[in-house]
Amino acid sequence: MAQILVNGEPQTVEFPLTVTELIQLNKVYQPEMVSVQVNEEFADREDWDKLQLKEGDAVDFLYFMGGGAHD
Amino acid sequence: MIDLTEEQIERYSRHILLQDVGLEGQEKIMNARVLVIGAGGLGAPVSLYLAAAGVGTIGVVDADVVDLSNLQRQVIHFTADVGKPKVESAKEKILAINPDVKVNTYYKFFASDNALDIIRDYDFIIDGTDNFPVKFLINDACVMAGKPFSHGGILRFTGQTFTHLPGTACYRCMFKEPPPPGAVPTCSQAGVLGAIAGMLGTIQAAEALKYIIGIGNLLTDRLLTFDAKTMNFRTVKVRRNEHCPVCGTSPTVTQLIDYEQAACDLKH
Repeated sequence: MAQILVNGEPQTVEFPLTVTELIQLNKVYQPEMVSVQVNEEFADREDWDKLQLKEGDAVDFLYFMGGGAHD
Repeated sequence: MIDLTEEQIERYSRHILLQDVGLEGQEKIMNARVLVIGAGGLGAPVSLYLAAAGVGTIGVVDADVVDLSNLQRQVIHFTADVGKPKVESAKEKILAINPDVKVNTYYKFFASDNALDIIRDYDFIIDGTDNFPVKFLINDACVMAGKPFSHGGILRFTGQTFTHLPGTACYRCMFKEPPPPGAVPTCSQAGVLGAIAGMLGTIQAAEALKYIIGIGNLLTDRLLTFDAKTMNFRTVKVRRNEHCPVCGTSPTVTQLIDYEQAACDLKH
């Protein structure tokens, strides 16, 4: 068991853990609408399957948001 | 330099009283030109506050007419405006608040063939649109033209915004390309609490004014997100991405793109 930060909140996880697995673990709604940063570096979607997280990593999920006006 | 009249000094007295603004800052505001793309949920509060602040020229771009379902959050449009072009309705309210403002209206879609022409004359751009094709277009056009802009997005009870200046992280640094059209919920599909549009729009207006006056720290290289259900605000540091398709070291987006709009997004 180890700790990482997910969207600024501590989360206890078990390694090995890839970004894809973390997304599943957090039941992220519509992963195609999410962009992922690991330790303030953007992780390419194509790399999520093989990108292994480490103890203390800070992961941020950024969501696409529309809103405003139809222009 | 503008010589403020007695009436203007009174009108803007609460700005002038601020040490960081003063007469000098107010003059900067009165000389500024801001473009608001989308006269909807975000564009409404942005335009109202910029007009009240005395921004010299406000451009408003929107190809839509006011719909009854807009009034729940688009506070610049009134019941009697239903059916009227949003840019006309917005212009009337802007001038009613502050007749000193010059308003330019663009009753058209913001698209790849007019984007650079329209933004050329403005100092700061507000993204108040709700669809991803135009959000990407605004980002790319501003990056290419070296224009600062404020990005804004709202959904259900949440909002997010950041400010781009030339050289800082852009929208594509965070989101490489638009999501697949079918996956995209917009306000019209997912719903939004009307007041969220006001919360986010006033942040965008404050960023524009800060930029114009040259004070404080802008939301550059930071993405502000909030959830109104918990009233938790969070600022995520974002770094300019060297692999960014438009502002990275070897850009692949070198021309403006009109991405396809999901058919379901075109309805109200």
